[in-house]
Amino acid sequence: MKRLLMLLIFCASPLWAVQPDEILDDPALEARARALSQGLRCLVCRNESIDESNASLARDLRLLVRERLVAGDSDEEAVNFIVDRYGEYVLLNPRRTGSTLLLWGAGPLMLLLAGIGALLYLRRRSRGTGPEGNALTPDERARLDDILNR
Amino acid sequence: MITELGHFALILATIVAVVQATVPLVGAQKGWAGWMAVAEPAAKAQFILTALSFGALMWAFITSDFSLRLVVLNSHSAKPLIYKISGTWGNHEGSMLLWVLIVAFFGALAAWFGGNLPARLRARVLAIQSAIAVAFFAFILFTSNPFLRMAVPPFDGQDLNPLLQDPGLAFHPPFLYLGYVGLSMSFSFAVAALIEGRIDAAWGRWVRPWTLAAWIFLTIGIALGSWWAYYELGWGGFWFWDPVENASFMPWLLAAALLHSAIVVEKRESLKSWTILLAILAFGFSLIGTFIVRSGLLTSVHAFANDPERGVFVLAILGFFMGGALILFSFRAQAMEARGVFALVSRESALLVNNLLLGVACFVVFVGTMWPLVAEMFFDRKLSVGPPFFNAAFTPFMLVLGLILPVGSSMPWKRARIWRSLRPLVPAAILALAIVGLLYAVQSGRSLLGPLGVGLGAWVVMGAVLDLLRRTGRKGGLSDRLGRLSRLPRADWGKATAHAGLGIVMIGVAGLTAWMQDDIRVAVQDQPFEVAGYTLTLNDVREERGPNYLTTIADVTLARDGQELARLSPEKRFYPVAQMPTTEAAIHQTFGRDVYVVIGDAQGDAGWTLRTYIKPLTIWIWIGSGLMALGGLLSLSDRRFRVAAGAQRAGTDGKTPAQVPAE
Repeated sequence: MKRLLMLLIFCASPLWAVQPDEILDDPALEARARALSQGLRCLVCRNESIDESNASLARDLRLLVRERLVAGDSDEEAVNFIVDRYGEYVLLNPRRTGSTLLLWGAGPLMLLLAGIGALLYLRRRSRGTGPEGNALTPDERARLDDILNR
Repeated sequence: MITELGHFALILATIVAVVQATVPLVGAQKGWAGWMAVAEPAAKAQFILTALSFGALMWAFITSDFSLRLVVLNSHSAKPLIYKISGTWGNHEGSMLLWVLIVAFFGALAAWFGGNLPARLRARVLAIQSAIAVAFFAFILFTSNPFLRMAVPPFDGQDLNPLLQDPGLAFHPPFLYLGYVGLSMSFSFAVAALIEGRIDAAWGRWVRPWTLAAWIFLTIGIALGSWWAYYELGWGGFWFWDPVENASFMPWLLAAALLHSAIVVEKRESLKSWTILLAILAFGFSLIGTFIVRSGLLTSVHAFANDPERGVFVLAILGFFMGGALILFSFRAQAMEARGVFALVSRESALLVNNLLLGVACFVVFVGTMWPLVAEMFFDRKLSVGPPFFNAAFTPFMLVLGLILPVGSSMPWKRARIWRSLRPLVPAAILALAIVGLLYAVQSGRSLLGPLGVGLGAWVVMGAVLDLLRRTGRKGGLSDRLGRLSRLPRADWGKATAHAGLGIVMIGVAGLTAWMQDDIRVAVQDQPFEVAGYTLTLNDVREERGPNYLTTIADVTLARDGQELARLSPEKRFYPVAQMPTTEAAIHQTFGRDVYVVIGDAQGDAGWTLRTYIKPLTIWIWIGSGLMALGGLLSLSDRRFRVAAGAQRAGTDGKTPAQVPAE
């Protein structure tokens, strides 16, 4: 929750996220713009999309997205336009290319490895190696008797 | 004077902690009872001294003693009393003192209530707990001393961050810390067992209450934080996948896994080395969380560079405890031989799958949180990993978990048949599918995700209820069964309550994310407008003055079908001392939906920016979280834990009866 400290240092201008004057007249286009801006990062905030951000830079980016959409760009073209200018850093959803494949693959890969490990363990358990039964030390035995006879 | 006493008490506590961390450890190794016995009084003394020190700091905050640097930086004389108190831990130094106070508190608890532990194990547990305390005492004294004086005290302070001046956030850190640090107890038990070279069912039973307590506190702490973010941040999100949030979520996931695997150790003497590893890692992630928050590493590289000393210190603590414990683990894990034998399909396997899913989910969160750093260091790519990634990569694990939870939790130990466990759940499945179908038909043409999420939640809730009913047996009339229901062990009630809580959280999250509607407009005074069937009217906007802020309050009428539902007063505050604005959203909350109204800026003479959000089912996220914590509490109060405590009160040497029948 300390994010707020940082957030406010950078985003403390008294503006609030999407402004009424930014909204496009065409509801379909506006819906696309909102969806896109939720995936773009406000560059001066911490982990906030431009859709939520109060920073003036975020407002500029929101306007830019809408401008591109009005100009007839597809969603992908509009995003590419912004990535070309601001870098990959603006994407909250990292692209599945190059080294980032590792990031996306980490979960499934780990699940696979852990799953194999768990299965091996289960097989060993179900075959029942290892001593089952009572293996108390004499000391514990004495204590247990003491408790049971109390 | 009081400040100096507090400082002195802190130094004394450090010395006591050093003694406690070494003498009993040697005693336990050599079998010297006298040396081992040092641990208990030392743990109590350490706690009392740390509490005195913390009390002194709190006193300085309450009396606004501006000769203290920390108070100047984080307090103001005009601040309400409750925030003067919470200001004690609303800053780095104070929060670290709170952290170490809780470490000492848990140590003292183990000394007070650990009478039923074998002397050797108890000495080792207390010594290791104290070693953790030593590390943080040193951290406080050398890098973040809260008791530094000002050469020239100013007339007034610089105020606490206004966002922290909120009841939700005043109590969020203490709960979170109780959770983080509670896991240190599980860690101490794990390392003590590794040194001892043996763990058995009794160990599983001893470590479980501590883990359970830590998990309850973490649940409450996270829920408080999320609730606060929901109403304070002004756009009504409840979870942002922020690094700092993830830092608290990862230990929660692992603590949940540990809770379940400790049951297997307790009842079936299997999964031992895995449970030990989990206990080590769970606390490890608490330390990683502290490191992330304290070093500011993930916020920006600059924050870290500003204060490298602290970050490096926490990293060293992390390296020492994790490295040491894991090396010990690699030597001793072989000795942890499993005893229980069970089939591929059994309660044991189901709990293993639970651990698998929670563990990998935690891993995904970890990788996602650290990836921007990794990518920059090794691949020279500057990129962000935000909510879309976590939603896509994390959610599937929770979906699978929800799907198998009712089945797994009703399986018998040792050997189960899938069909026999599934059959009693058929009504739950039918109900869940009916809900999905109904919601899909009603919402007409939107994504299937919302109905599926709600259906899944209903499946989990129904599964928990049916499981509880099944425990009353097949015979007898309704009154018989109800009687038996009330006599079920509290652990059964706890399990059902916590599981139902999880299902309810799923329902809330699905409802909020799938069907939220929002509206942003310039609202003109006395001109009603419609949002999703509700009529809102901005009646008035006025300026007022609070105890330490200025505020703009709007008066909004919320109505439906001509009926007035509520008068809402969203606020926009400005704290002049800290020069910061905050929003106070107005929320009309019912079980079905929240109407969430935020006021923005004046738009010239035309009116005011007003944002309205309709958020369905939101309240259930917190009701569900509360139920999860309540379930934990019920489980914690189960007879088998209380009996162990009673044995000590009886004044015997109080060794707990270690053997428990597997149900």
